[in-house]
Amino acid sequence: MANRYIRQTNLQDFGEEGQKRLAHARVLVVGLGGLGIPVVQYLNAMGVGTLGLVDHDTVDIHNLQRQVLYSEADSGQSKLGVALKKLRNQNSETNLIPHDTFLTNKNALEIIKEYDVVVDATDNFPTRYLINDACIILNKPFVYGALHAFEGHVSVFNYRQGPTYRCLYPAMPAGNEVPNCDENGVLGVVPGIIGSLQALEVVKIITGIGEVLSGQLLIFNGLQQDHIKISFNSKSENRKIKALQPSYESLDCELAPSISNEEFLKIRASQDSLSIIDVRTVREFENSHLEEAHNIPLNTLALPADLFLENKPIYVICQSGKRSEKAVIELTKVYPKHTFYNILGGMNQMRTQTS
Amino acid sequence: MTILLFGITKDIVGSPTLSVPTASVTGRKIPKTVKELKQFLGETYPELNKLSSLAIAVNNSYAEDEQLINAYDEIALIPPVSGG
Repeated sequence: MANRYIRQTNLQDFGEEGQKRLAHARVLVVGLGGLGIPVVQYLNAMGVGTLGLVDHDTVDIHNLQRQVLYSEADSGQSKLGVALKKLRNQNSETNLIPHDTFLTNKNALEIIKEYDVVVDATDNFPTRYLINDACIILNKPFVYGALHAFEGHVSVFNYRQGPTYRCLYPAMPAGNEVPNCDENGVLGVVPGIIGSLQALEVVKIITGIGEVLSGQLLIFNGLQQDHIKISFNSKSENRKIKALQPSYESLDCELAPSISNEEFLKIRASQDSLSIIDVRTVREFENSHLEEAHNIPLNTLALPADLFLENKPIYVICQSGKRSEKAVIELTKVYPKHTFYNILGGMNQMRTQTS
Repeated sequence: MTILLFGITKDIVGSPTLSVPTASVTGRKIPKTVKELKQFLGETYPELNKLSSLAIAVNNSYAEDEQLINAYDEIALIPPVSGG
C-alpha cells in the first residue's frame, strides 16, 4: 500500500505533503447522481481520508447513462448502499460516512459541521441555496457544479470569505422557471466532466496547490468544446446569514400534495366512487382518459358542485403530472376545505402501469 | 454588440448568440446600460423577464444594472442552472 499514491506524490507541487493533507481531510459530497459519482470516485481513489455521502434516492434505469458507478443489477437499490459497497472495494482505507437522508434545513447544519469542504452535487435549487446558507453559517467552502443540457457550471463559493452563490444569484428561481435534467435532458458525459472539475477544486482547496476557482464562474460548453470564466465579487450582505430559512422549497413544491400512480391505482381499485379531474385539453381527453374522470382543462378550472363527494379527496391528473401539479396548487387556494392530490407521472405512467 | 447566451436563455432565444444593433436602424432606443439591455431584450423575448435571477457579464466580469455598455463589449447572459 505504501506506493499506492506514488503517481501523485511524485508530482513536485503535490508531494508527500499533499497526500498527507488529503488523508487528513474530511469532505462531504451532497448528492450521488451525475455530478456526485465522479466526485466520490476520484476523491476516494486519490486518498481523501474521510468522505461523507448524502443521498436518499434509489438507482433508476434512467440514471445509468451518466451515473457510471451503478450497474443494471443495482436498479431499485439505494444509491447510498450501492455507492458505499463499490467505494469500499475501490479504497478500503477511506473512512466512508453514509448519511441516509436528503439534506434538509433540519439536518444540514448538524451534518455539514463535521466536514472541511462541501461538494454541491445536487440537482435542484432549494438544496443549492440550503448548502450555500449552511456553509456561510458554518464558515465552510463549497464546490459548486451544475448542468444544463450540454453546458456545465463550476465555482468555489465561500472560500476564505470569498463570494457566495447568492452573490451571483441572489434570489432562488421559482418552481417552473428553469428546467432540471429530468425535464430538459443531459448528455451522459457532461456531468462526468463537470464532476471531475469539482473533484479537482476539492483537491486544490485541501492541498493548496494551484489557484482555487473562487470569485470565478467557469462555464463549459460541450458542443463547442470551449469554456469561459466570469469573475464576480463578494457582496457583504450575502455573508450576513446567521440562520437557515424556515423553508427552502419553492411554494409550488410545498403546496401540491401528491400521490404516486401506483398508490392511486390501488385506491381506485378499492373504491366504488372516486372524484378525478383531468386537466388536459378537450382533444387530449377525447384521445384517451380514465373512465370516471371529468375533463376540466387547466385554463377553465372551475369545479361543478357534484364533484365534492362527501368530502372525499379529489384526484387530479394530466399527461405528465406538471399541469395537474399547477391545478392542485390553484384548487387548494380556491377550495381550502377540500383535499386534492396530484397524480404523479400522469397518463404517461398510467399507460405503463396498466399495460 | 454580441451577446453570448447560456442555460435557459439559449433555449428562450433559440440560438447561442445574439447581435444587438448599435446604430438605431429600427427606431428603437439602443441600450446604454446593463439595465437598459435587460429591458431591450425583455421586450423581444418576454420569457427572459420571468427569470428571478439572471447574471449579466460584460467582458467576462459580472456587471451591475447601472454599468455602462458600448458596441465593443462582449456581453453574456448567465441564468442559474440546476441540473446535476
